[in-house]
Amino acid sequence: MSPTRMSYREALRAALREAMQRDPRVFLMGEDVGRYGGTYAVSKGLLEEFGAERIRDTPLSELAFVGAGIGAALGGMRPIVEVMTVNFSLLALDQIVNTAAALRHMSGGQFSVPLVIRMATGAGRQLAAQHSHSLENWYAHIPGIRVLAPATIEDARAMLWPALRDPDPVVIFEHAQLYNLEEDLPAHWESNADISHARVRRNGTDLSLLAWGGCLGKALEAAALLEGEGISAEVIDLRVLRPLDMDTVLASVRRTHRAVVVDEGWRSGSLAGELLARIAEESFYDLDAAPARVCSQEVPIPYAKHLEDAALPQVPMIAAAARRVAGRDA
Amino acid sequence: MTATVAPPPSGPVPYEQEFALRLLADMVRIRRMEEACAQRYGEGRIRGFLHLYIGEEAVATGAMHALGAQDNVVATYREHGHALLRGVSMAAIMAEMFGRREGCSRGRGGSMHLFDAATRFFGGNAIVGGGLPLAVGLALAAKMQGEGRVTACFFGEGAVAEGAFHESMNLAALWGLPVAFLCENNLYAMGTALARSESRTDLCAKAEVFGMPALRADGMDVVAVHEAARQAVAQVREGGGPVFVEFQTYRFRAHSMFDPELYRDRAEVEAWKTRGPIHTYSARLKAQGLLDEERFLALDRAAEEEVAEATAFAESAALEPVEDLLRDVCTPPEAGP
Repeated sequence: MSPTRMSYREALRAALREAMQRDPRVFLMGEDVGRYGGTYAVSKGLLEEFGAERIRDTPLSELAFVGAGIGAALGGMRPIVEVMTVNFSLLALDQIVNTAAALRHMSGGQFSVPLVIRMATGAGRQLAAQHSHSLENWYAHIPGIRVLAPATIEDARAMLWPALRDPDPVVIFEHAQLYNLEEDLPAHWESNADISHARVRRNGTDLSLLAWGGCLGKALEAAALLEGEGISAEVIDLRVLRPLDMDTVLASVRRTHRAVVVDEGWRSGSLAGELLARIAEESFYDLDAAPARVCSQEVPIPYAKHLEDAALPQVPMIAAAARRVAGRDA
Repeated sequence: MTATVAPPPSGPVPYEQEFALRLLADMVRIRRMEEACAQRYGEGRIRGFLHLYIGEEAVATGAMHALGAQDNVVATYREHGHALLRGVSMAAIMAEMFGRREGCSRGRGGSMHLFDAATRFFGGNAIVGGGLPLAVGLALAAKMQGEGRVTACFFGEGAVAEGAFHESMNLAALWGLPVAFLCENNLYAMGTALARSESRTDLCAKAEVFGMPALRADGMDVVAVHEAARQAVAQVREGGGPVFVEFQTYRFRAHSMFDPELYRDRAEVEAWKTRGPIHTYSARLKAQGLLDEERFLALDRAAEEEVAEATAFAESAALEPVEDLLRDVCTPPEAGP
């Protein structure tokens, strides 16, 4: 089989279609997933294919329809709830944190919640402060849920099915900048993908660049730039934001002895901070230099293009941080 | 301030003696169990929050007897009575209050989070209004799977101020889902009286906004509760979509064990006690010749014995080993649904 060229959006749609075909308990619900075809056109055509019972348009009631997803999962279905963006998921946080994540433990192991929640995340499209959040870290903070960040066509295609097979809630973050990304889906992609481990996306020897979701591409670009300067950067795609696969991260850091984390979240209380803390706790004496992170500026993301660009991690900043950590910034 | 309340529930009880006495016995079981909980709380054996249902027993009793084993139940943090009448053993409830492994939530939930998969009791929810979306989803699953299940969703009148109430009522009505929304209106959301929190205090009107049939029943009268609940559940089961029922009731005890009750007059509480669900119902049964004092004492004694056994069980039950603290945060691979 030869690789198939497709967009991130098409890969997500193919995954939804496969899940709907394979398991009659699976259904999709969310705002504008049906008639409109999905805000990002991910579910376009699925209403015609599967009908309104299984491609279910909801009112603008994030709290109720996310909670309904939890209830439907408890009732024996395998719902996929699409929350249009992470920004609106704040309206549903109560149900996700107080119910979905807590229910199994709080009930003494009686009730698992096999629910998948998909949402777009991230900035970069001049949508200003209320439509540009990167709050993956908030979700990654919560015990009882798994958090995924597909950054490649293959992961967009392959992560949904295993997420649906997970007996516990899974939150999938799709960076809004990735929907138009086009890549070859490798011929050997697995429909039962690993959703527990990080992956090395580029091998290198001088430092480890850790990234995920919308920042993976920037980290890879930075690595290409650094290569021209004689710095060999290894790029790790975290893929799974909870639970963190520290084995892969630490194995890389122990080889390169240097680490830079790229995170579109704000620096204070960031996932980057958590990763650096764990690296320091577990690999302090492997490090040859203080590690660094490139995060968003601590400001509500502004509208104007030049200001938005300045607020977000960009390739030159990542490269600069890498040079500093590699001791090559002179 | 003298509180004016309606006259005590009266009139004939339209049931065979066995069922009529079952209702009475169940109200007494809840009452005795919770009195014991309060006592254990005072002794420091039960901790955390403890929200007593004393005074409101007719609601859970009348409503729970309108449901079948296949139905789903979603309740609030004031759910001891609901769990008991749904079929969770008093021993498992008591053990949960004592924080023991043999508790119905292995000691992880406590008073506010009683759960029981076997009886489709989806919990104790300590977020006001938090159970409503869950109930909508359970009903959606039942409808999509063509099951004849009704989801009974209990909540207090305080929940009607939450967005979750309005969003859930809309969704259930829009999709014609089999939910019975059972509102226990005890007049106070913690210390805030309904009239101090709602621009419109007619709760049935709020349901009618969504095109949902709404009933109102005297929540101090187990007969009125049971009849309204039966009607609502039947209507929901026939596929007519959700139904809302307001049960007007009153809690005789404080909101929780921390509540100094500064927001209501003692006279009001005493006035409502004249409408107490157990003694008024007992009087009606006696007037009809369905109950005599000896019989009452016998069922009261049986409840006391059940409480004594449950308490003894809870006191001797094991604690979850600390090594198992992290157990069930996630589902073990082999135990997946």
